[in-house]
Formats: sequence, C-alpha cells, structure tokens
Amino acid sequence: MTVASQVVGQMDTHPSPMADVCLRAEGITKVFPGTIALENVDFNVYRGKVNVLVGENGAGKSTLMKILAGVEQATHGRVLLEGKEIHIKSPLDATRHGIGIIYQELTLCPNLTVDENIFLARELSSNGVFIDRKTQKKRTRELIRRLEQNIKPEAYVGDLRIGQQQIVEIAKALAQNIQILIMDEPTSALSVAEVQVLFKVIRELKANGVSIIYISHKLEELLQIGDYVTILRDGKLVCEAEASKIDVPWIIEKMVGRSPSKLFTRTEHKIGEVLMHIENMTLPRLGGGYVVDHVSFDVHAGEILGLYGLMGAGRSDLLDCLAGTCPLANGEVILNGKKLLTFTVTDRIRKGIVLIPENRQAEGLVPTLSVAHNMTLSSLARYLSRFFISRKKEMAAVNGMIKDLRVRVTNPNQLITSLSGGNQQKVVVAKGLLTEPKVLLMDEPTRGIDVGAKSEIFEIMNNLALQGYGVVFVSSELKEILAMSDRILVMSKGKITGEFSHDEATEEKLVAASAIGHELVQVENNSNGGK
Amino acid sequence: MTSAKASVKPHRNIKIEIQNLLLRGRAFVALIIVVVVFSILSPSFLSGTNIVIMSKHVAINAILAIGMTFVILTGGIDLSVGSIVGLVAMIAGGMINEGFTIPALGVTVYPHTWMIVLISLIIGTVLGTITGLIIAKFNVAPFIATLGMMYIGRGFAGLRNNGLTFANLVGREEFGNTGFEVLGAGTFLSIPYSIWIMVVFSVIAYLVTMRTPFGRHVYALGGNERSANLSGVPINPTKVIVYAISGFCCAWVGLIVASQLVAAHPATGETYELSAIAAVVLGGTSLAGGRGNVGGTLIGAFVIGVLGDGLIMLGVSTFWQSVIKGAVIVLAVILDQMQARMQESVALAQQQEK
Repeated sequence: MTVASQVVGQMDTHPSPMADVCLRAEGITKVFPGTIALENVDFNVYRGKVNVLVGENGAGKSTLMKILAGVEQATHGRVLLEGKEIHIKSPLDATRHGIGIIYQELTLCPNLTVDENIFLARELSSNGVFIDRKTQKKRTRELIRRLEQNIKPEAYVGDLRIGQQQIVEIAKALAQNIQILIMDEPTSALSVAEVQVLFKVIRELKANGVSIIYISHKLEELLQIGDYVTILRDGKLVCEAEASKIDVPWIIEKMVGRSPSKLFTRTEHKIGEVLMHIENMTLPRLGGGYVVDHVSFDVHAGEILGLYGLMGAGRSDLLDCLAGTCPLANGEVILNGKKLLTFTVTDRIRKGIVLIPENRQAEGLVPTLSVAHNMTLSSLARYLSRFFISRKKEMAAVNGMIKDLRVRVTNPNQLITSLSGGNQQKVVVAKGLLTEPKVLLMDEPTRGIDVGAKSEIFEIMNNLALQGYGVVFVSSELKEILAMSDRILVMSKGKITGEFSHDEATEEKLVAASAIGHELVQVENNSNGGK
Repeated sequence: MTSAKASVKPHRNIKIEIQNLLLRGRAFVALIIVVVVFSILSPSFLSGTNIVIMSKHVAINAILAIGMTFVILTGGIDLSVGSIVGLVAMIAGGMINEGFTIPALGVTVYPHTWMIVLISLIIGTVLGTITGLIIAKFNVAPFIATLGMMYIGRGFAGLRNNGLTFANLVGREEFGNTGFEVLGAGTFLSIPYSIWIMVVFSVIAYLVTMRTPFGRHVYALGGNERSANLSGVPINPTKVIVYAISGFCCAWVGLIVASQLVAAHPATGETYELSAIAAVVLGGTSLAGGRGNVGGTLIGAFVIGVLGDGLIMLGVSTFWQSVIKGAVIVLAVILDQMQARMQESVALAQQQEK
C-alpha cells in the first residue's frame, strides 16, 4: 500500500523510507449514519517522533484519533502495531497496547482532586484494599514538578482553570506507561510559557522513545514541535510530509485546498469616545490576595481592546467581573457616563455588556436546544407580542444573524450540537449580538476552531468595531492579539502590567510585560521526577 | 479495499429516521397498543361511560404531571406532590367542617366555598414557592428539599385533625359554604370538571412552555444551567416559579380528590408523586432536564391511567398490576436512553456532513 497522494506535493517532502514506523493505520474508513467521516486513510506513526495531524474541523482528525484510542471502531481498515495487526475495541485495550490519549474536551472529574484524577481507575494501593493516598500524592507532585507547574495534588480539579486542568490531563497520561501518546489540541488553553514547558516535556518523552501524535490548529506551533505532518481534508488523506521541509502557507494550502488568503484582515476603523470606564475593579481570591487587583481602564467606542497575559493572570476573571458573574467583585463600571449599580448578569446584559464565554460547551451553549433557540436565549424579551414569543419576529432575528455571520446551517431548528465548533461559536456570538450590546467581551473567541472559522470570527470583530461597538477580547495567541487589537493591555497576577497601541506592540514586549511579577516563581525546576 | 468503497456511499438513512420517529413518539405508540389490547380483551372498554371514567382518573395524575413536567424540565424533581395534595385536602376539608376559629375573639368564621378554594390554591402555591426558595437560595438538591417537604406536608396533614378524616364535606346552608362536592361531581357538556381542568391546564402549560420566554428559560436551565446563567436567564426566579406551579397543580388535585370523595383523609395523595413522575418520564421528558414537552406528559398520564384501569377491568391482581406498571416505566426510560443516543448519532452525522 502506497500513500495515495504522494503526487500532491510539489516540493520533495516525503519522509525518507528509512524512518521507523511503530504504529500504522491502513485504509481506515469510518461511516456514521448518513456520512463518511474517514475514507481510506493511511496514517503512520514514527517511533520517537512527533507525528502531527492537521486539517480543518470536520476533516476527520478527531475520528481517526478516537479509532486509535479505542473510543470508536473503524468500519473498514486495520491498525498495525509493530507490524502486527491489533484490534482496539475499548480505551482499556488501547492502554494495554500502550496508546494513551489527551482529549481536546477535558475528561477530568471536577469533583475529584488532582491526584485522584491522575490515578483514576489505576489507584495505587499497598494492600489491595485501600488507596495509598500518600504515594499517589507524592507521585503526583513529581509529575506536576516535571511539568514545571504549581498545582497542589489536593486541589479539586473543578477549582482549577482550564489551562491548569490541561496540565493535569497531561500528567495523567504521563503517569501511565504509554508508548504512543495522542494529544488532541493540548495547547488550546495554555499560555506561551506553558506551551514551552509542554514542548520540553514532549522532547523529553521523545528522547525516551515515546511516539507522539499531535493535533493542533496552531500551525506555527506544529512546525516548531512536529517531525512529520499528515494532512487530512474532508475525511481523506491529502499528504504526508517531513516538517522540516514545509512551511505554514504550504500547510494551509493543503488543508483548505486553496491558496491561503490573509488570515487576519484588520481594517482601520475610527476610534470614538470613551464608552466604558472601569475603576478599581477587584476580585478577592479565596485565601487572600486578589485575582483581579484594582484594575482601571477605558474602552472606546469602535475599539478592539486585546487582553493578554499568562494563564491565571486574571484576564478571564476580569471579563467575568465585567459581565456580572462574580458576586464578590468590587469596583465601578461606568458605561456611557452612567455608573452601573447592580451586579447580576441579566442586568449587565440589559445595560449593554455581554460576555462570549471561554468554554463554549460548558458556558456558551445549551446542548438540548436548537440553533435558533440558543441564539435568542439572551434576547427573548425583544420578540414578545403580548405574552408570547412571536415566532415571526424570532425567526427574522435568527435568519438575519445566520446571514450576517454566515453560520452554516441547513435549518435553524436543528440541534446546536450538530454544528461544527466554528459554527457553534458563531451562534454564541450571535446570541450576544442579538441583545444589542454596547460592549462585547470575548473570552478566547477562537479557541478550538479551524483556520477558516477563525478568520471569520475576526472579520465579525472588525465589523463590530466599525459599527461602533467596544470589543474586549482575551486571547492566549500572541499573533492573534497583535494582529487584531487597536490597543493591548497585558495582565500579570491580577494587575495591568503593560499597555501598548497597535503600532508599538511586539511579541517581545507583550511577553516581557506578562512576566512581570513572575520572576521569583519561574525558578528552573528540573527534577527528573515522575515516571 | 475496493469492495469497502462501494458500500460506503453516503445516503440519508431512512430506516434510522423511522426508528427515531417511533422512539420519539413511543408514548403515543404505547397508548395505541394499550387501548387496542384492552378493547379486544374487554368489549366494554371503549364505551363512552368507561372513557369518561378513565379520563377522570387520568385527570388527577395528569394535572400533577403537568406541574411536574415544569420541574423536571429544569432538571429538578418534586417528591412533595402527594403530601401537598393531602395537606391541601385536609385544610380545605377542615375549613368546610370547622371553619376558622379566632382564639382571641372566640369567634369561628366559615368562609364561603369560593374563598376556601382560593385559600387552598394559595396555600399549595406558597408551599411550592417555599420549596423552590429552599432549592434556589440555599442550593439544596431538589430531591432533598422536596423529600423534606414531603414529610413535613404529610405530617401536617395528619396533625390537622389528629390523623382523622374530615367526612361529609357538604357544608351547611346557613354558613353559605355548600357546594364543595360540585367540583368533583359536576359536569360541563356532560364531561366532569376535573377533565376540563386537565384540558385547560394542558393548553396553558403547552403555550407557556413553547411560546413564552419563561418556558424557554425552563428548557435552557435544564439543558445547561451555567450557560443559561451567562445568557442572562434569571436562574433563581425560574426555579422558584417552577416549584410554585407544581404546588398550584397539587392544590387543585387536593381539592378535586376531596370533593370527589366528599371527605378529606390525611393519607390522601400518598404515592401520587411517583405516578406523576412516571407519566412525565413515560411522556419522553428527560430526568436530566431540558428535553421533553407537555403533550408527551399528557399521553404518558393516559398510558398509565388506561393501563391501570384496564388491568382492573380484566381482573388482574393488584400485585401483578404493580409489576406491569413498573416494567412499563423502566422500559420507557430504556427507550429514552436509546433515543438520546440515536439523536446524538444523527447530530454527529449532520456535523460531519459539513
């Protein structure tokens, strides 16, 4: 069996035949009712290498990974481990064959502690009856230290922010004796510093002979860490290449099937008067200190204000405070010269401040409702005629938004869960826009969506700014924030530690500002702990 | 590999869609089966009088189940239903037979029958509101809060008359409180009032759930409380209102039952909550919240009611009745899970099509 599309690349990008394949998926086809997710796909995993899998949302990456991890079974095709065919019928089977996976959507139990999660279903026990918590905690501490993080084994996972949860997820995989580790978008919630730590861990794993399968939408990152790149489009294999021989535009071209236009199209727009002023916003941290530490700033009409910072810097918490979700928050929000006196979400939305939350699945959408009903959830009062929701008014609003934001749906009454990530995100944005806000707070609006959808979200942000909205957006991706923002605020440890205009901001300046206050913490801490 | 290619042509799977439709309409299918089976086994089953009698039985459960549907759609549950029915029946019965005694004045007041109905409805609604407030403000799990209310309600129902029945609730001409029995015995267009109440409640509940912002909030709350909150849905008021609605429905049932029997017994309404939950679940409302509708509940109530009465007509022992009902309920939930899974795979298929 030859790689079907070796002819596609113009450059000589094929991996050398010498490379050592430890796991090989051959002719994988996966049929879901009414659709083909994967069609005759071959995929090689090279020993001790980072094997990158790229493709737009819906290209079939996640399905292929689920097949390798035993969550789904292939309709046709076979998987060869060290040249021998294996049958992976369940995640347990996969673990037995040394295949581990870190999912894009976190799969930790929020009600259990870090160490309980890491050793879930593999609890350590000295006598076969009781769990040996002491050893579990000790090993957890070693693993976390290896990841250069400061997370207590006793902490409940539900209390951690998403980035920290991702770290725990990685530690969980490390705790098992894994030969092939699948990472599905491991960095989508991590800050730059954390990504570097993760990359270090990945290199360490490689050195120990562990093969990595790596899925990400961040293309620069892929080339930085990847050794081999496999590109999928519409469930079919497009090509396989060595990472050192290709570049980002090449990948985009193969992924999208057309030449990459400019990803970030920032149009110049007029910046108006001060729209919202924040004075001394504080949010106390449990156990002393502040998550948001006396922050004051302005948002102008027609301005895209970027908020950058490391994980835990308080960016998302600041947005939460503004949106009214934190009852403990304190400080003044002055909108159009008027001080807002109440703190509930409902009231903030009524006044014109609306949040597009970070975690689309858990906070942005109601999975049991249709696309239309999700969209209008925040603005139902607008469609009333007498006591009832006027279906006509509601559908007019929905169809208008679907058209404006180019949401790809066959029918607005279909379930929200039937949309792809990018389209789901557009629905969440539409929900916010239908409340006719003045200020839009967007927390990681492009997390986990594909390149095409990303650029569309940016286009929407641009249009909003043009129409005079104030847009505040948080992103962990430097490139995004540099390209999109009229002004950038950098946060560290709950304080604003830097403010840059679009023209003066550079990656170096942002990173430097985001590290203020971290000098003492970032001690190199390279123990060889963990197993 | 070539043979594989031929067989993977994407086609709209009609079989799956029919299966899905059958599963969605399973309560209706069940109702048809039950009716057909009983009308074959028992000739008098489909007579007009029998249908009215059965509907009268169904109405009591259906009214409770309508209130319960609101609660379950938010992801909650109301176990206090039966007790509130009992308590309201006892309070209404007490007011008719004993009136209010105002100790300071040594005067006993006998309210008018309309007044008694109104007071009873207010009491039921207030009890539901209290449960709702406990759940919303103090973040108590609905199961626990309503379990507590179930014991409290039943306790007070017994305390009202030391565990004794208020019998012969006909009132007295000179006190102007006669006519209570009309609610249970009276008819309009030769259909009993209780059935009319069920019909009116169903229509109102349908409109509220499908056409009002409150109804939408109920669904959103049950589907994902956190994102409902971030969307500006008033979470706590919605929860409180939902339990108040359930309490209001209980009060009506309490009055209807007391009126039909012309007596109020402290054990009135025992285990009614379970029949109501069964009707809701059988009607396709998910106990996890967010999925289901009032129409399904109504059909569910009819399935349970018709099944019960039909088995009695056939002379099946009460023990077997219990076994059969239990099996039907569990089967309904199994089908519910199957449907959810199928819906998921259909959604997935649609997502992949893009």
